[in-house]
Amino acid sequence: MDKEKNLVIPYIILCIIAIISVFPFIWTFFAATHSNAQVFKLRDTFVLGKSFSDNLAALQGSYPIWRNMWNSIFISSVYTLGILIIDAMAGFAFAKYKFKGREILFFVCVASMFIPQQVTMVPLFIQLAKFNLINNSFAIILPGLANIFGVFLMRQHFASFPDELIEASRIDGAGDLRIFFTIVVPTMKPAFASLGILSFVNQWGNFMWPLIVLNSTEKFTMPLVLSLMVQPGMVVNYGAVVVGAVFALVPVLILFLIFQRSFISGMLSGAIKG
Amino acid sequence: MESSKKRNIMPFVFLAPFLIIFVVFMAYPTIYSIAISFMKFKAGHFTFNGIKNFSFLFTDPLFYKSIKNTIIILIIQVPLQTIFVLIVASFLNIQNIKFKGLFRMFTFMPVLIDTVSYSIVFGLFFNAENGLVNKIIELAGGQGANWLNVGVLAKAVIIIALTWRWTGYNTVIILGGLQNISSELYEAASIDGASKIKQFFYITIPGVKQVLMFSVILSVNGTLQLFTEPYLLTAGGPVNETLTVVQYLYNTGFRSFNFGVASAGSYVLAIMIGIVTLIQMKVTKED
Repeated sequence: MDKEKNLVIPYIILCIIAIISVFPFIWTFFAATHSNAQVFKLRDTFVLGKSFSDNLAALQGSYPIWRNMWNSIFISSVYTLGILIIDAMAGFAFAKYKFKGREILFFVCVASMFIPQQVTMVPLFIQLAKFNLINNSFAIILPGLANIFGVFLMRQHFASFPDELIEASRIDGAGDLRIFFTIVVPTMKPAFASLGILSFVNQWGNFMWPLIVLNSTEKFTMPLVLSLMVQPGMVVNYGAVVVGAVFALVPVLILFLIFQRSFISGMLSGAIKG
Repeated sequence: MESSKKRNIMPFVFLAPFLIIFVVFMAYPTIYSIAISFMKFKAGHFTFNGIKNFSFLFTDPLFYKSIKNTIIILIIQVPLQTIFVLIVASFLNIQNIKFKGLFRMFTFMPVLIDTVSYSIVFGLFFNAENGLVNKIIELAGGQGANWLNVGVLAKAVIIIALTWRWTGYNTVIILGGLQNISSELYEAASIDGASKIKQFFYITIPGVKQVLMFSVILSVNGTLQLFTEPYLLTAGGPVNETLTVVQYLYNTGFRSFNFGVASAGSYVLAIMIGIVTLIQMKVTKED
């Protein structure tokens, strides 16, 4: 009885925190159905409006929003796939082979984690201009793949894979690449799920680099097109902007609701740098 | 014989895709950036410029201002968030709380929304004429403020937004650390008559010190690289009151196309981040 009583305050506080955390999401979903004036009406905050289709029409009329959505999906997916393949292979090499220069190479790669992105911003831009990749999706995907974090994470996971199993398969005559793809990779699903989700979400929200290398609305990702709508000096169509924000939010929210467990561990894996 | 030779090149077969990308898009530009720091970009060509880019930076009041703004936001936002994180994590760690998973999920959610969308939404909340925050203040009998057009208030909005977004994420990090503290420690302390507050400072905080420090390092580094929130909420205004270092670098590099100064500045930022990280790591290691 006494214990129950003590929990009242924690419950109240946790509820308040939960409400504060979730409120902007709920607000956004309701606001997407509001007209430009209704967005700001306090008493209509939790009232479904009738303007969703108008807002959507305004959004589609002014911006190639479906194209932007596709760009975001394409860039985030290709990037994630690339990270999973490249980083898993490199992580496996670092975990399971002894070779000359391994330690120093690994050290150089890890040291690069501490260099802020802004350092490579100018030279990368010049380089990509030389490759004729400015305003191209791959100007975002390719440099992103140089991220060492996934290699690091994968190396840790592969380290616990039993060497005997690899040796046994070698004796059976299987090549190393085949062993890797058919025996090692399938046992690493949780690691792939974590890294995949982390990579996808990070790329989905990526803003500064796309802002630098993309320059036509057709090529923009969701965050870029949204930022375009609220440029200073523009007449902002709030309803349309909020519908855009909902579009940017829904894919990540769906991923979250389906894969909640590996989603949280994936997002946190970014925090376990070791 | 042949097989051992094969084995020697195998690691490089696995490493090749990553290494090629790493050299082309990370190692080379990092070094190239040093060179650009000492050059001037004019009419499509780089010419050697000595240390002029650095001397320009260190005599530019705007650069100092961007550092000052970033540090002000940092030294308020990170401690504020850390206090919230500790409180929320402690409550979530109480043994008999029900719906833990649900509460954890809700507190985690803010990190799902992309930086641009949430900045826009917070901009609408703090809109001077019609925003929800001012309406609530007026409803309570107060007077609404021109949030995004007053330096101090604009910084406050950025701090509030950042804290909203990152508290839950860091709470879940700390929660992992809290779960590693043995409940026997708390029981023993209770028997000895230590109050909950005392237990918090003598058991909880030392118990999570490592993860806590880690979460602080992440937050400090993140805030030092602050860009999107001020870009969208205030565009660095009013009168550069919320201009951050990274915004300064972005404007210098990609609005004025002053590549040399931008690269030099990025190295100043890198050194700042390096020093701060080292200090924090040292503090954690000491005791």
